[in-house]
Amino acid sequence: MGQPLKPIPDTSIFDLRLSRRGRRLNKMCEALCSPAEREAFKRDEEGFMSRFKLTEEEKSLIRKRDFKGLIEAGMNIYAMLKVGSATGNSLYKMGAQMRGESYEEFLKTRNISGAV
Amino acid sequence: MGRIVGGIGLSHVPSVGPAYDRGKQQDPAWKPLFDAYVPVRSWLEKLKADVAIVVYNDHVAEFPFDKYPTFALGAAESYAIADEGFGTRPLPEVPGDAEFSTHLVESLIADEFDLTVCQEMGVEHGFLVPMNLCFPHTQSGWPVKSVPLQVNVVQHPLPTARRCYKLGQALGKAVSSYKEDLKVVVLGTGGMSHQLQGKRFGFMNEKFDQWFLDELEKNPDGLAEISHQRIMEEAGAEAVELIMWLTMRGALSRKASRVHRHYYAPMTTGMGLITFED
Repeated sequence: MGQPLKPIPDTSIFDLRLSRRGRRLNKMCEALCSPAEREAFKRDEEGFMSRFKLTEEEKSLIRKRDFKGLIEAGMNIYAMLKVGSATGNSLYKMGAQMRGESYEEFLKTRNISGAV
Repeated sequence: MGRIVGGIGLSHVPSVGPAYDRGKQQDPAWKPLFDAYVPVRSWLEKLKADVAIVVYNDHVAEFPFDKYPTFALGAAESYAIADEGFGTRPLPEVPGDAEFSTHLVESLIADEFDLTVCQEMGVEHGFLVPMNLCFPHTQSGWPVKSVPLQVNVVQHPLPTARRCYKLGQALGKAVSSYKEDLKVVVLGTGGMSHQLQGKRFGFMNEKFDQWFLDELEKNPDGLAEISHQRIMEEAGAEAVELIMWLTMRGALSRKASRVHRHYYAPMTTGMGLITFED
């Protein structure tokens, strides 16, 4: 009873341990549910990140739009969608990057790629 | 007395929201999904439900991780449309039935389901996409009242599939002990197979999804034994949302029979649909 899940290849398991590690990142993303905060992020991304006390490593992941790295650092996927939206990266664009493919390559792997 | 007249299991894929708002119902890529709901809506019009209990999960919009409830039930007269980071969708507030919610809270907590009770609760795509598909609003608002039931299917440890099924059974008892004549439909939302992060992004498994639909109909007691590990390995990490369909199934009686069934998997999520009449 009560054991953590076993690792699954190529998969991040968002559990409380990972959520604690990603707390700063996720807190920043949670703020992006407000239009004023989204504007503040777009206006001054560096200042915004500092306000949420991100570490230098976390800031670097955001600057590089390293979505795979952000997930590994504890950013929740649904939190990440808000950063994606604020930076012009759709779920499918972020997903292609996480798969190590171009967006066009990723779309070719889908059953009906027009349903976006 | 209260009576559950139907149950629906359905996916709540976020991209359905903008497709709906932009009128893409006839777009070839979207048409198979939207068409599947045409007979479902005719059926629902005949059932004339007063209230829809929607079992769903929030996606870091209304419930940030600073305090995270395992089960949260709405007890409000209306539910605001939440901004989940992409702007607030142009939808009217969703009317609630706070008296009915209060009864559910009393009954469920007496039945040892220690819920978080929310007198204010914004709702987002996990709740709204199923409502758009089943109970579309008009200029006069939404055609039913709603009770949102939010489940943690995001931050592990999650409640077990068995626990979600038992919550459904307790919900069924709670509805039938309500003093007023009230017809209720229960929606279990989320899934089916999908994974939205890591190198396995985009993973789907139609075989698993079809099996899940079979079992949900014919062997829900057995299906309730499924582990999170198995769902996540076979159907993708985010497919674990499927445990919420068991809450819907648990709320139905033994005599409930399946009416509709549909499956469409265009992009990254197996979009399933199954309905039961009770």
